[in-house]
Amino acid sequence: MSEHILRLDDVHTDIEQYHILHGVTLDVPQGGVFVLLGRNGAGKTTTLRTIMGLWRARKGAIVFDHHDITAAHTSDIARQGIAYVPENMGIFAGLTVEENMRLASANGRFDPARLRRIYDLFPAMEKFWTKPAGTLSGGQKQMLAISRAIIEPRRLILIDEPTKGLAPAIIRAMIDAFREVAKETTILLVEQNFLFASSLGSNVAVIDDGRIVHHGTMAALVEDKALQTQLLSLSLDAHQ
Amino acid sequence: MASANKTMGGAFERIGGVNALPVILMIIALPLVGSFSSWMTLTVAGLAMGMMIFLMASGLSLIFGLMDVLNFGHSAFISFGAFIAASVLAALAFWVESDSVLLNFLALFLAVSAAALFGLIAGWFFERVIIKPVYRDHLRQILITIGALIIAEQLILTIWGGAPIPVERPAILQGSIIIGDVAIEIYRIFAFLLGLAAFLALYLVLNRTRVGLLIRAGVENREMVEALGFRIDRVFIAVFMAGSALAAIGGSMWAGYQGLISATLGSELMVLVFIVVIIGGLGSIEGSLLGALLVGLLGNYVAFIFPKLSLASNMLLMLIVLLWRPWGLRPAVKH
Repeated sequence: MSEHILRLDDVHTDIEQYHILHGVTLDVPQGGVFVLLGRNGAGKTTTLRTIMGLWRARKGAIVFDHHDITAAHTSDIARQGIAYVPENMGIFAGLTVEENMRLASANGRFDPARLRRIYDLFPAMEKFWTKPAGTLSGGQKQMLAISRAIIEPRRLILIDEPTKGLAPAIIRAMIDAFREVAKETTILLVEQNFLFASSLGSNVAVIDDGRIVHHGTMAALVEDKALQTQLLSLSLDAHQ
Repeated sequence: MASANKTMGGAFERIGGVNALPVILMIIALPLVGSFSSWMTLTVAGLAMGMMIFLMASGLSLIFGLMDVLNFGHSAFISFGAFIAASVLAALAFWVESDSVLLNFLALFLAVSAAALFGLIAGWFFERVIIKPVYRDHLRQILITIGALIIAEQLILTIWGGAPIPVERPAILQGSIIIGDVAIEIYRIFAFLLGLAAFLALYLVLNRTRVGLLIRAGVENREMVEALGFRIDRVFIAVFMAGSALAAIGGSMWAGYQGLISATLGSELMVLVFIVVIIGGLGSIEGSLLGALLVGLLGNYVAFIFPKLSLASNMLLMLIVLLWRPWGLRPAVKH
């Protein structure tokens, strides 16, 4: 059995007066792409934000690489090696592509080899290096958000719906890039696009109404159409 | 009609866009003022006033933009800066009145430094004790910072008394330079140069350093800065302290400009400071500079050309700018 890099144990999160996560328990194995599927409002984004400390877990524990990070400050969680790519990409529109990348790099310096790899994965980053990030297209912004997450070695990358609103050609480029990134780190990917998710994920969990309702291998879920229908009918209809 | 607007917009951008507004205002004012010497005097006065207001407003703009804090107590730093500088100058009267340029500047340096040091320390205290408990709650921010301002004004009354106090200008900054039939006050030139130096220093820090990069990023998206591994709350304190120190420096310069100061000096200036921050655009020092120069120049021109409109001129300026650009002339975050 593979080592778990992240474990959520009975995590409850409230946003103001609303109880969003109702005891999420999740084990993310080291390496590869772990996919968290679920319909809109199921609690996927809240799960990622709770892991990052952007929303606080009211109850339960979050353990990253044997360290309890439940109450840790967001910046400390990031410094432990967790990168976060939010649904809105979190790009600093007024800064240049280079400045966005520089903020994500240790001490503001780039490792030339890692930068070269990013240029190879996303040539647009090199092309628009000195341009304000706000002038990039949606797909290029997503590339910048991913590039920012991998400019330093990370042990876990949390990515929230990276395909949302992107053209099919960009999504195909993303699949190739994520396969490459997953060779050196673990990705916890939140998605509604099952085709995208199934082409990348090795393991999968399905969340509904703030609870994990399924946990298993992606291969098993892809094979079992009945289970797909039972678990994901609401979200799959729109994407398949 | 649309193409005519587009052509005008293109021409406006070619001559420098909003950055050219102070120059455009100066050119428009020249025929209205009539006399070149009067125009020159008003222009220098407007630029000097604008630069002093910039000192007071730039910090508040960054505090607004980065921390989303409505600090109505900002003017307390302006008032204290003015009174502390006045006290230091009074204590160093011998140096201030001396014929020695070195002693004159030393006295001025110590006065401005004392005000800045007060701003740094009081800014730290203010952020920790007054602001920190009310982050993300605008209503409480308004109430508590107005309360703090009232206490600060009472403290000034207790320490310095209710009567206006005179402020001695160092001998080197007294008098005017006469060029032809134009008389330009030396203090105004100095105030302008000091404001310009502060702007350049701020510009370099914000655009050439990693801390500046963090501040600019934080103005756009604080949460993401934290998710990249930075403690934005520490940046908050630094910005608050720097903003308070700038306000105190602005107050100290204003004290010398006015020559007579009272406890309500800060509150009176705060209206202008808020106008500058709003028309300049939140979180932008370039916007603050533009706004401050426009306010300074317009205030002086209107007081000369249409004295009855003097009080309303800055409100009208704000109205026009907000109708044209609701987020200000150069906001840090593009909307």
